[in-house]
Amino acid sequence: MSVFLTLVRRELGGTFKSLTGYIVIAVVLLLAGICLVDMITKLNGGVTEAPVTQMFYQSYFFWIILLPITPVITMRSFAAEKASGTYEALMTTPVGDWQVVLAKFAGALVFYLLAWLPLLGVLFVLRQVTHQPEYLEPRATAGAFLGLTLIGSLYLSMGCLASALTRSQIIAAVLSFLMGVALWVISLRPNAADPAQGALGRAFDHMSLMRHMEDFARGVIDSRHLVFYVTSTVFFLFLTTRVVESRRWQ
Amino acid sequence: MESVPMIEVRDLTKRYPGRTAVDGLTFSVARGEIVGFLGPNGAGKSTTMRILASYLPATSGTARVAGFDVFHQTDEVRRRIGYMPEHNPLHLDMRVREYLKFRARLKGLGWRRSRERVDTVIEQCSLRDVERRIIGQLSKGYRQRVGLADALVHEPDLIILDEPTIGLDPHQIRAVRALIKSLAENHTVLLSTHILSEVEMVCTRVLILNQGRIIAADTAHNLERHLQLDGQVIAEIAAPANDLRETFRDLPEIERLDIQPIDGAFMRVALTPKNGHDLRPIVFEQVRTRGWTLRELTRDRHSLEDIFVHLTKGRKEDQ
Repeated sequence: MSVFLTLVRRELGGTFKSLTGYIVIAVVLLLAGICLVDMITKLNGGVTEAPVTQMFYQSYFFWIILLPITPVITMRSFAAEKASGTYEALMTTPVGDWQVVLAKFAGALVFYLLAWLPLLGVLFVLRQVTHQPEYLEPRATAGAFLGLTLIGSLYLSMGCLASALTRSQIIAAVLSFLMGVALWVISLRPNAADPAQGALGRAFDHMSLMRHMEDFARGVIDSRHLVFYVTSTVFFLFLTTRVVESRRWQ
Repeated sequence: MESVPMIEVRDLTKRYPGRTAVDGLTFSVARGEIVGFLGPNGAGKSTTMRILASYLPATSGTARVAGFDVFHQTDEVRRRIGYMPEHNPLHLDMRVREYLKFRARLKGLGWRRSRERVDTVIEQCSLRDVERRIIGQLSKGYRQRVGLADALVHEPDLIILDEPTIGLDPHQIRAVRALIKSLAENHTVLLSTHILSEVEMVCTRVLILNQGRIIAADTAHNLERHLQLDGQVIAEIAAPANDLRETFRDLPEIERLDIQPIDGAFMRVALTPKNGHDLRPIVFEQVRTRGWTLRELTRDRHSLEDIFVHLTKGRKEDQ
């Protein structure tokens, strides 16, 4: 366990000592700021039914932030170490492959959550400005952050896999960005639970991130969604571990 | 445990698509030895070391470190080795002390123990002055010592160093060599290099590799003697060339004679002995009885370089 924590600390340390870490934070801050302005404008237009968390998810700002930052956060994890050779030094210490993978993932997740913190500030400011606490229901906010964590986990695990596959950070970033966009495009399908759709259509419908987000933002935590995110994250981390192990296959 | 050799390699082979990097290597290293891997680039030194550090699998054959199989008992092996990979990769954004502490923790040392050990290796590798500096800002010599300190930090039985002195200036090379020599008391060391004088100075035993095979294995001294390479004697004598020729031509110990004028009255006499005789006393005796002036008398010590060229040339002719 202490080895794991040492590795996580190193991951975070590396991110905060790199320029990319600060760029990610700056970009998220900027977009969260624009988002705040956007929401205030909308609220000025009249009373809305939905809580602001839902408005936030519907505004596409979430995706504009999520899609580019997750590849940037994870692109370093394996690729940079492979390129600099420290990977060899790491993998010749008595540390398990899965331990390395989990630590890199956990480091990325912690950073990702830290990068989202400004959003909490945005919501808080909105509440102060509007004097209408019902816009910011605690349960909806918690649900929204849970959704944000779960979707982030899935995207970051895909990013870890992409990074483990290559020694170039650029390729890792592009690869995980493409995977992320593909998943997002699937979610964009008109989401009518049309009985005419085949099994595939229904499967895609279950994978629709948009649908999940809507529920989360309302404060509804559906166990199906939880299972979907946890299993798919574990699946991608499993693949990453296999890739890390593949060095020792003959 | 004492009887188990530190490294035992049998028929080790590593094939990459279209290329055999290591070809049926067999050798063993006893505890407390400093063994040098010597060979040109691409001889299979790094690959062998990576297999021993259980970073890469072998295609066939077995390798054991302290009795543990490097493929099946990876953790046991990793705990017992301190490995410094080629080019000495370090986290350049970390500070020296922070990095060593991090590595010590990764290698399973507890919090208190890792602090003690980091202090010890910082002292041992003379890093006290730079312990709070960022590694990326250090000179190559210091970085190399940080790499060595990392290899030592968990008190491994076996230290594997891949080209530890590459890219250093002469001062730094001497410092690093002295450090490696000082390790011999408590550790077994396997190091690779393509600098021949290095193994001569540091190692108790040399394994010469070429194209993935061991072509010679012995102490540097024995290799020299065994190959009967030693012995050309160079003398600078002030005497007429004809006298010199007549004197040395008839001596039974001399195989070949070459005389060249250098400056003034001095001649450069190169004498090759038969059967490894030491010709220096003979030359001196001749000079004394004839009353010549001698200003230099040296014997070419055949360096490992010659041995190496000799051995690899022989191989090429075989093929």
